[in-house]
Amino acid sequence: MDRAAPIRSGPRTFLRRLMEGDQIAHLITLIFAASILLITTMLVYQLWVGSTDARHKFGWHFFFTSTWDPVAGDFGALPFIYGTLVTSALALLIAVPLGLGAAIFLAELAPRSISDGLAFLIDLLAAVPSVIYGLLGIFIVVPLMRLYIAPFLKATLGFLPLFQGPCYGVGMLTAGIVLAVMVVPFIVSVSREVLLSVPADQREAAMGLGATRWEATWKVVVPFARTGIFGSVFLALARALGETMAVTMVIGNDPKIAASLFAPGYSIAAVIANEFSEATGNLYVHSLVELGLVLFLLTFILNGLARILILATEQKGMAKA
Amino acid sequence: MAWRKSVNIVMLSLTGACALVTVSVLILILGYLAWHGASAVNWDFFTKLPKPVGDLGGGMANAIVGSGKLLLIASLIGMPIGVMAAVYLAEFGGKTFPFIVRYTTDLLNGVPSIVIGIFAYAVFVIPMKHFSTLAGGFALGIMMIPIAVRSTEEFLRAVPTNLREGAMALGASKWKTIATVIVPAAFQGILTGLLLDLARVAGETAPLLFTAFSNRFWSPGWNQPIASLPVMIFTYAISPYDDWHRQAWAAGLVLLGLVLVINIVSRYVMARRAAFLRG
Repeated sequence: MDRAAPIRSGPRTFLRRLMEGDQIAHLITLIFAASILLITTMLVYQLWVGSTDARHKFGWHFFFTSTWDPVAGDFGALPFIYGTLVTSALALLIAVPLGLGAAIFLAELAPRSISDGLAFLIDLLAAVPSVIYGLLGIFIVVPLMRLYIAPFLKATLGFLPLFQGPCYGVGMLTAGIVLAVMVVPFIVSVSREVLLSVPADQREAAMGLGATRWEATWKVVVPFARTGIFGSVFLALARALGETMAVTMVIGNDPKIAASLFAPGYSIAAVIANEFSEATGNLYVHSLVELGLVLFLLTFILNGLARILILATEQKGMAKA
Repeated sequence: MAWRKSVNIVMLSLTGACALVTVSVLILILGYLAWHGASAVNWDFFTKLPKPVGDLGGGMANAIVGSGKLLLIASLIGMPIGVMAAVYLAEFGGKTFPFIVRYTTDLLNGVPSIVIGIFAYAVFVIPMKHFSTLAGGFALGIMMIPIAVRSTEEFLRAVPTNLREGAMALGASKWKTIATVIVPAAFQGILTGLLLDLARVAGETAPLLFTAFSNRFWSPGWNQPIASLPVMIFTYAISPYDDWHRQAWAAGLVLLGLVLVINIVSRYVMARRAAFLRG
């Protein structure tokens, strides 16, 4: 349907349509929308161009060597990649059971009003700035680690190389614990949504066949929501990989690969945060930017996967509902 | 059967314990911060400049003003782009292009904040050859865009279609409908969304480290390094001085208080609005 015919007949020129306002508004908002594309493209471009020297000099070796020597101009990313992966894995190891358990409680057991209230509190947890997690990490988790957790782990699991060696408080395990607390809210709130979107007849059918509440939840509802829960885990993983401040404050900042989880380490984001403003020489800066590029690509892939998985589950729920 | 029943009870109580642990972490954080921070917050904290190392006392007046200035620039960059793009997505837009824009926005949302810092460094700090308020504000502004887009689009879409049709039927053109009917109807929601967005970037530290840097004095104008609360918390927390730790707690309490108050108020407003729209 066209709008009211123009009073004066004749072809509606582009200029005329522009004068009517709609086209201008369309154009202006379009420009703003396009600027988001422009900014994102520029971001990728800057990361690519900014890391040229390091990419050309080191090639793929960058990822497999572990010397980080700014004076000699020799840079290898392995300790940082290792630190990032290990701390994130530790975080997930703690956060996934905890978050999934909490999400099951909120979605399946708690009455709706209590569930909503607790979910609100957990969402607030996600709003706490990361530097505050770092602050609490330094002054609560680090001493606890040194005085209680590490001695306990050494006494019980000390035969494993993972839990040997001196513990200074700061280190991989401390960073993993702090990260776990930071990503739990994401797992809880997304998993809860996904679990709530599972159609009620799935539960009813299972209970009708004589399953207990737990069996219905664990054998029917959770498998139904499986892909969405994986999505929430990927989301949390992407968060953990990119998390900077809290990790920088408790990981110990030492570019070494040690078998012990008590040993200090370093992560990609932490090394950028600590050294970027003081880096001298192109090669040093370019190496740091290349680390940024790696981080960008990792989170890009994980976020993409997470979105697909969450969407798939919710659509499955809707199709069966 | 007894076995299955006991498994049922044990596992269900375990999930309850998980929920309890998660929520108690929040209470622990709040309690600990309030306990340590409250004793350190005083009038000086809000009015004085930081003292040189070794002198006790002093405050973070410059960092509080600094955070305000950085957030102002961030809002000037992030909000117009976010809101206008959302208007495009919700009201105009075809098929492929909006999909690309939405996808890119989500992508931008997932970019680690430290990487945004590198970007702002490349765009502002390298050409200008020094750290500046502008560069820091730009980094935070970029971080605001994705959430501004998403929340604004959601609220625009929530405006009932009959309002739209009513305005159109009265002969208003599309942009007039948007400007005088749809946006005002969604205004409260859009505003709370933007406020939440602001609260989120107010706590960002990583992108400021090498864009706004820090400053122990006032930072006149927009072209010099500037202090901000999150960066101050970071530097003070990792310092070896007890008095600095005390101030870090104070700054942490002020920052967290601000962020949580904004969150609670806006979520309350949003929930009431959602209930109102449902009727």
